[in-house]
Amino acid sequence: MNGLSALLSLGALGLIFGLSLGVAAKKFAVERDPRVDEILAVLPGANCGACGYPGCSGLADAVVAGSAPVDACPVGKAPVAARVAEIMGVKLDSSAEPKYARVMCLGDRARAVELFEYRGIRDCRAAQLVGGGAKGCTYGCLGLGSCVNACQFGAMSMGDDGLPKVDDDLCTGCGKCVAACPRGIVQLRAKKDSVNVMCQSHARGPEVKKVCSIGCIGCGICAKNCPEKAITMVDSLAVIDNSKCTRCGICIAKCPAKCIIDYAKIEPALPVGAGCENLASCRGGEGGSQAAS
Amino acid sequence: MPRGSFRGGIHPPENKSSTSGLPIVAAQRPSKVVVLLNMGTGSALSSLVAKGDLVHKGQKIADPIGRFGVPSHSPVSGKVAAIGAVRTGLGTMDQAITIEPDGQDTLDESCVPVENADSLSPAEIVSIIREAGIVGMGGAQFPTHVKLTLPPNAKVDALLINGAECEPYLTADHRLMVERPEDVVRGTRILMKAIGVDRAVIGVEDNKPDAVEALQRAIASAAAAGTIDVVAVRTHYPQGSEKHLIKSVLGREVAPGCLPFSVGVVVNNVGTAVAVADRFDRGLPLIERVVTVTGSGVANPANIMMKVGTSAIELIEQCGGFVGDPGKIIFGGPMMGAAVPSAEAPTTRGTSGILVLDRAESRSFEPMPCIRCGRCVELCPMRLEPALLHQWSEARLWSEAEAYHALDCIECGVCSYECPSRRNLVQAIKYAKAEIGARRRAARERGDK
Ligand code: SF4
Ligand code: SF4
Ligand code: SF4
Ligand code: SF4
Repeated sequence: MNGLSALLSLGALGLIFGLSLGVAAKKFAVERDPRVDEILAVLPGANCGACGYPGCSGLADAVVAGSAPVDACPVGKAPVAARVAEIMGVKLDSSAEPKYARVMCLGDRARAVELFEYRGIRDCRAAQLVGGGAKGCTYGCLGLGSCVNACQFGAMSMGDDGLPKVDDDLCTGCGKCVAACPRGIVQLRAKKDSVNVMCQSHARGPEVKKVCSIGCIGCGICAKNCPEKAITMVDSLAVIDNSKCTRCGICIAKCPAKCIIDYAKIEPALPVGAGCENLASCRGGEGGSQAAS
Repeated sequence: MPRGSFRGGIHPPENKSSTSGLPIVAAQRPSKVVVLLNMGTGSALSSLVAKGDLVHKGQKIADPIGRFGVPSHSPVSGKVAAIGAVRTGLGTMDQAITIEPDGQDTLDESCVPVENADSLSPAEIVSIIREAGIVGMGGAQFPTHVKLTLPPNAKVDALLINGAECEPYLTADHRLMVERPEDVVRGTRILMKAIGVDRAVIGVEDNKPDAVEALQRAIASAAAAGTIDVVAVRTHYPQGSEKHLIKSVLGREVAPGCLPFSVGVVVNNVGTAVAVADRFDRGLPLIERVVTVTGSGVANPANIMMKVGTSAIELIEQCGGFVGDPGKIIFGGPMMGAAVPSAEAPTTRGTSGILVLDRAESRSFEPMPCIRCGRCVELCPMRLEPALLHQWSEARLWSEAEAYHALDCIECGVCSYECPSRRNLVQAIKYAKAEIGARRRAARERGDK
């Protein structure tokens, strides 16, 4: 008898709540622009926040509200932008080129001096607060991987040499790593803008030499020799204007510190070929066989 | 809880005996002094001199850019050798003026005592203090004139002079109180006038009975009995923290996120009081301070009246140099001080100590996982939960860290000192504070636009 009344009252309660929820859902239903859901469907769904909005739905709302451009998703890049533009019925100016993270420091463990041993939280931003960071160079990469941690796409990894590495196949150019780095070392560059001075140090030559064997010493030789006048000296640091640079490579050959690099010409870290069949990180080269197959 | 105390805190070995009995000695002439153009509190200064200029001792050589700064003066007479970036004790590259002393110590003509000190208005006193470059000398270098400029509706009834000096090893304030108690009292009286109160208390830890006695004598001879009191408080770290000293001496508790004036108090360090006296009676801006050079890695520990901006290594050499292999050089005390990246680091107005620990003493340990013993929570004098704050920090959950009052941490180091797993609690919390601060600033800027 008791059991039955318990069942009945529970059932009745369920019915009342269910009905009132149903009524409320109808009555208080929020009018929603169907385009929000359409856009949400074409966005990558990574919810990475790289667009600056709270997840993909945040961006979808913003696009429909007109407060975000249709190509605001750095992850989906051009294809997604095109579809969002289509949904919104606008035309897309598709001249923008995808950009990739570049680590603008070559001061690895072998080349850059460390002043002390850092034992705190494994994070560059935290390390920067302790004596300004252990590295002798106050501009160089701290090598604790704040950028690596910030990357939502697994495109960055910390190399054995203490410098982060970027996998262009995975990098979406979202710029999270750029924001995470306390020293402004990670920067975004288009593939074609591949000749760069891989150093951030504004210290003077002798000071740079004391702490790093591959830092820009500010000699200005590259700037003098560049036929395109693409290089300017900014407070003891050479800076290349990629829009003027023709990638002739003269500066690379002339730089006594060897800190200018043409990214397009560096050897891949893992040579594809014999001996690497079992490496999970080897994706094979163009025309090469997939390691796993 | 007994009067003169507070909840939490510890009593680490004091290690003060090697310097507490030694009189303050004058510094040898430095080979150069480096005057930073950044106050540490983020406000920058602009130089008033150029390379090659001749400057006098006490001459103003830099003016603050923001409202919060104070000017800087040349600690010596000599020539401006360079203006450019140097690596500071904090490890950052900052602009600085480097001066090579000529050994004459020619005093600038602006350095004259204040004649009519007693007839000045509070605002006039505050502006003289600001112009003299006086900052909190306990270490944080917070500009004194900002502390003395109270919001119009603030009701302040007491000045508290902080002579606790609770950091192990340091005895600079102790020696000042023993050797120059008249100046402490004189400075205290000027500071009282500046904030318009007729009551001041000097709080001293009870491990310095000679300082208490000297101050009492000085108060009596200045006929200030009844207006200035000396209170001996329990020797207990961090007694010298503003909020804790207020609790110990006056029994008032400052709410989280509030400043001492919210409970009617303004706190200044004894060193600051002496600096004020120096300005008013001798015309000297803040260009010298007492620094305790001590630790297992120094041959002959001493208290030195140094020129601000002397490099650590020169002061250590005056004390007979290093013994053994120096492992760590710390500016300040062992609990709150910061290890400097190089012995060349220039001292600042806030450098209360140079502590050299030898290799063995300064070894560090790999942190182990938290065993949830609760010791940090039990002992935190701010009643925080350091173990949790560390977790939030490691996981970069800044809003959680903020909700758990990370910003109230006074960075006293009690939690790290006591943690059996040797976790880097304070560093994690400092990191959280920096990130929360950065986020707030960013939010403010976004709001402004
Ligand atoms: S690039 Fe920046 S964030 Fe990345 S490891 Fe180096 S210092 Fe850290
Ligand atoms: S590669 Fe050639 S054009 Fe480009 S910066 Fe170097 S010298 Fe100038
Ligand atoms: S959490 Fe902050 S206030 Fe508390 S013991 Fe640790 S350092 Fe001190
Ligand atoms: S003292 Fe250390 S081990 Fe104990 S609860 Fe705190 S963090 Fe954990």
